[in-house]
Amino acid sequence: MRRVDVRQVEVLSPGILATVQDLGRPGLAGLGVGWSGAADRAAFRLANRLVGNAEDAAAVEVTFGGLAVRARHHLVVAVTGAECPVTVDGRPEPVNSVLRLRPGAELRLGPPTRGLRNYVAVRGGLDVPAVLGSSSTDVLAGIGPGALATGDVLAVGEPRRPLPPVDLAPVAPPRDDELVLRVWLGPRDDWFTPEAVAALGREPFQVTSESDRVGMRLAGPVLERRRDGELPSEGTVRGALQVPPSGQPTLFLADHPVTGGYPVIAVVLAEDVDRAAQARPGTRLRFRVTQPTW
Amino acid sequence: MTAGTAETAPSGTARPLESTVDNWDMRLLPCGDRALLVELADSAGVVGLYAALRAAPPPGVVDMVPAARTLLLRLGPDETDLRAVAAAVRGAEPVWDERESRDRVEVPVRYDGEDLAEVARLTGLTEREVVAAHTGSEWTVAFCGFAPGFGYLTGGDPRLRVPRRAVPRTRVPAGAVALAGEYTGVYPRVSPGGWQLIGRTDLVVWQVDRDPPALLRPGTTVRFVEET
Repeated sequence: MRRVDVRQVEVLSPGILATVQDLGRPGLAGLGVGWSGAADRAAFRLANRLVGNAEDAAAVEVTFGGLAVRARHHLVVAVTGAECPVTVDGRPEPVNSVLRLRPGAELRLGPPTRGLRNYVAVRGGLDVPAVLGSSSTDVLAGIGPGALATGDVLAVGEPRRPLPPVDLAPVAPPRDDELVLRVWLGPRDDWFTPEAVAALGREPFQVTSESDRVGMRLAGPVLERRRDGELPSEGTVRGALQVPPSGQPTLFLADHPVTGGYPVIAVVLAEDVDRAAQARPGTRLRFRVTQPTW
Repeated sequence: MTAGTAETAPSGTARPLESTVDNWDMRLLPCGDRALLVELADSAGVVGLYAALRAAPPPGVVDMVPAARTLLLRLGPDETDLRAVAAAVRGAEPVWDERESRDRVEVPVRYDGEDLAEVARLTGLTEREVVAAHTGSEWTVAFCGFAPGFGYLTGGDPRLRVPRRAVPRTRVPAGAVALAGEYTGVYPRVSPGGWQLIGRTDLVVWQVDRDPPALLRPGTTVRFVEET
């Protein structure tokens, strides 16, 4: 039955890339379906918490600003993630805060000054049809609702829990000069020369412009292999540093392929992948090698 | 960005293990703080461990990704106890034969693929012999990858081993039946691809609103049948 009182938000402009995300679709990787979901899961969860949603409620992920939406009803929203200019009807508002939109109000995100991705959560969550149990758009596999476009109208669900008693979350903005990310070596560090493994933990790498939700190609010291041959394809994870024959690693993000045929020299720890997902082209990354805890 | 994987990845070449952890040649490799990669001696080892762990999933594991020589175990997003997973894997008893419980799928194929003549040339068989070899043996889905629902089928006639095309096609139609290395597969939907195309099927191997969405899941036994 069609609800007549459903609240809506209209996309005036999606910017470069805006997609609906949630916490993804774990459980189907054995069938070749990746997890997908928010690239910066911590910022995504914070956006939902601020508006009193379940942490996995569907919200919009905005890449490098540019999103403009119009509320068709009274809505409560929060913008988290990158540090970027936010306006409601032209009035500046802070990120990481609870914003109240009247019917007709326009929310706009400018280009971020620090960081790359923002999350716009709406109280009640976006009511977007799930595909395989999730509303996330997987840009590599082509699963999910797809990129938002001008004129799209998104339905908003019913709030299920009270608003929290905070209006503003004290969160440090993402760093954009240098990020230090913790890694565990393996599973295939033994495919590389000792010099390559040492360089990984010592030398800086730079995020290149070949970066998207699938992964970030990095530029740095060439990571030489010490063995020839092809690695039989194997399952891989978010945070993996996969090294193709060029010796320049790719850091896998949310929409990474489920399996890969190039050796993975090390894997960034899950928490730190969130910070990596905020790194813009040009950002310097350093990897700190830590010991597995099992 | 294009990820460096495509369906070009598997080489199918067995590599000797550098060490063994226990009596069935299993090596546990770190794969970040939310996963563990188990390397086995061969595809049969992967199938055996996968079957064992499906029957008794290790605590916190929400995803298992079998591949040619490995089984990846992924913890749920809020789980962190890899030690318990490692213990469960080390204690697992391989299930070597689960044929009775396997799903079986018959795939009707029109053998009119663009590379059928080339496959005949590469294998030294006639085109009819290629068809007979492809339909004449049972295949098993070893694992999925490359794209949702793309199964890598092994165990077929060894005479059908052919290299991938030197130049991949930018567009392979959905339902294309193809060969590469020790594998055969069915393209679930339109995509780029480098395998040798020998035919096509109308069978829908991938459908997101079906449960499960993939027809060719790891462990499924497949027989190809010629449609005339």
